[in-house]
Amino acid sequence: MNGDSPATAGRSSAFIVSARKRKLQKITRMAGESTLFLIAAVVAIIVLFIFYFVARDAVPFFQIRGFSEFFTKTDWYPADDPPRFGALAIIYGSLMVTAGSALIAVPMGVSAAICLSDVIPFSVRQYVKPIIEMLAAIPSVAFGFFALVILAPLLQNFGGPILMWTWWLIASPFLLLAVIVVSELLSTSIQDDSRRRVVQRILVAVFGLLSLLFLFFVGKHLQEIQILTGTNALNVSIILSFMALPTIVSVSEDALQAVGRDLREGSYALGATRAETIVKIILPAASSGILAAVILGIMRSLGETMVVWMASGNSSHVPEPWYNYLESVRTLTATIAGDMGEADQVTGSARFHVLFAMGLLLLVISFISNFISERIVVRQRKVLSGQ
Amino acid sequence: MKKQWGRALSVIALVVIVANGRAEAKNGIVLDGSTTVGPIAKSFAAFFMNKYHVPVTVSESGSGNGAKSLINKSCDIASMSRSMKPQELAAAKTKGVNPVSSVVALDGLAIVVHPSNPVKTLTIAQVADIYKGRVTNWRQVGGPNFPIVVIQRESNSGTQESFKDLVVGKETPVVGSAETQASNGAVKSRVSLTRGAIGFLGLGFADASVKKVAVNGIYPTPLTVKNGSYPLSRPLFFVTDGQPSGFVKQFVELPKSADGKKIIKELGFVNKY
Repeated sequence: MNGDSPATAGRSSAFIVSARKRKLQKITRMAGESTLFLIAAVVAIIVLFIFYFVARDAVPFFQIRGFSEFFTKTDWYPADDPPRFGALAIIYGSLMVTAGSALIAVPMGVSAAICLSDVIPFSVRQYVKPIIEMLAAIPSVAFGFFALVILAPLLQNFGGPILMWTWWLIASPFLLLAVIVVSELLSTSIQDDSRRRVVQRILVAVFGLLSLLFLFFVGKHLQEIQILTGTNALNVSIILSFMALPTIVSVSEDALQAVGRDLREGSYALGATRAETIVKIILPAASSGILAAVILGIMRSLGETMVVWMASGNSSHVPEPWYNYLESVRTLTATIAGDMGEADQVTGSARFHVLFAMGLLLLVISFISNFISERIVVRQRKVLSGQ
Repeated sequence: MKKQWGRALSVIALVVIVANGRAEAKNGIVLDGSTTVGPIAKSFAAFFMNKYHVPVTVSESGSGNGAKSLINKSCDIASMSRSMKPQELAAAKTKGVNPVSSVVALDGLAIVVHPSNPVKTLTIAQVADIYKGRVTNWRQVGGPNFPIVVIQRESNSGTQESFKDLVVGKETPVVGSAETQASNGAVKSRVSLTRGAIGFLGLGFADASVKKVAVNGIYPTPLTVKNGSYPLSRPLFFVTDGQPSGFVKQFVELPKSADGKKIIKELGFVNKY
């Protein structure tokens, strides 16, 4: 740097860094990078540590009692003498309420996300989305209290009518759509325009009447149901779906927004309607993001403890018949929460370790579903990029 | 709801106590255990602190936890709604703890149903059959044609264990479809809101929102519990490590004093002395 002419040396010296300063910069950069790396590593290590410690205390259970009882028997009597640790009914209960909440939350959440991103005006969306996200801020104990004190008595006292009205609300639009589509399809082969219209009308009338009768009889049947206990799988599924909704709506809406204007405008330019654009262009393009949203929502339901502990009734049996959502169930999370107090090496170690076995099972389930969703997202990305 | 927070707080308290070890116990009294004995323990603590200015810490985490704390030497007094189990006594022996129990009060286990239920009396055998799942409709025990919703307590509960010993029998499991609630208050609220429900509560918790039924023809009252004619009664205990001395002794013997008796009576429990 000393080789420069005196005239330019004065100007460029502002950009030349002394060796000492360069060394200092290098040290601070390394310090900064290593700090960030350390923090990131700590997060990863915490996950590994949790896995290790849960597994360490879960393994003795399987050493003492073996695998078959835990996974195949439904008798859960950890405090009895001799104790029995059949967790099948509890595992089933967990899956049941998770599936129930997904059944409610996924269609609702994805529809709401589509509505937010592509249907309602932007100015309205600015207000509606934060309100939906507020749901996530409500503590789970408040949800549990609501389920126990308000929803449970409501289901017990007005269970039949509630089920009937829900059936009417959900089934009637679908049936109406089905009647119209079926009548159209059946009459397309008729060449003459005026004759086709007449046949169509007759078909709509006949199918409409049939589906009305169907709606009515199923509704009547539902109305006669007497819900014995309000703290049941249905109650928990409803509340859990409320808790999963903000996650599903918010994340899928972000995914739909990320699709971008160019795809939408390209679709419109080719003459597609808004419905065609949403169903055939935007949803496939955003599907990996929506799937991630759904998995996140389901994980929220599976891991929730307080609400299920308060509102599921905690009875460790498989409902009769197996799809009966109107009976009480018990979940893995609630069992861990409920049995932790007494479980200790003092009172028999299998009872202590079985709770860790349940925790490990929950961890494994969430790892597997995360892994599957990751794989689907990667494959989807490949398909979309045309590989 | 309070119970849930109470549970959380007692867990925190427990952690703090365990962390401090016996340090805290040296200048005060630490109690841990039964939620049923809880009201008595807390009132005694308030009375004791007023009179002797000795700090008393009360945690309610279930009888099993009380025994555990005593064995781990993290409390001075374990309050229990059942006696110590053989395994717990064995564990205490290995840790060099010598549990000494003294009776605090007597408590009746009230069998409660929904206020609209016309059933007035049940035999112990009928209650046992309901909890074993052999009787599933109120019609079978002289009530209306309506299915029974069975409600029990979680396995932590001393009340649950007393009920199992007194009614169902130790070896027989409670029917799997029985609902499980975490506290006396939760059982009471579920029974008061559910038409077909049956549950059991400490006598002090059974108020007008639920209907107490007579067992073997005897209605649960403080009098029938005290004279032993009501079949489902049990003693509540304070358990200490060795014979108590000093302030701990004074605390354990409060139930024998006039003030202690008054507190116990006001809370709806039955005096033994």
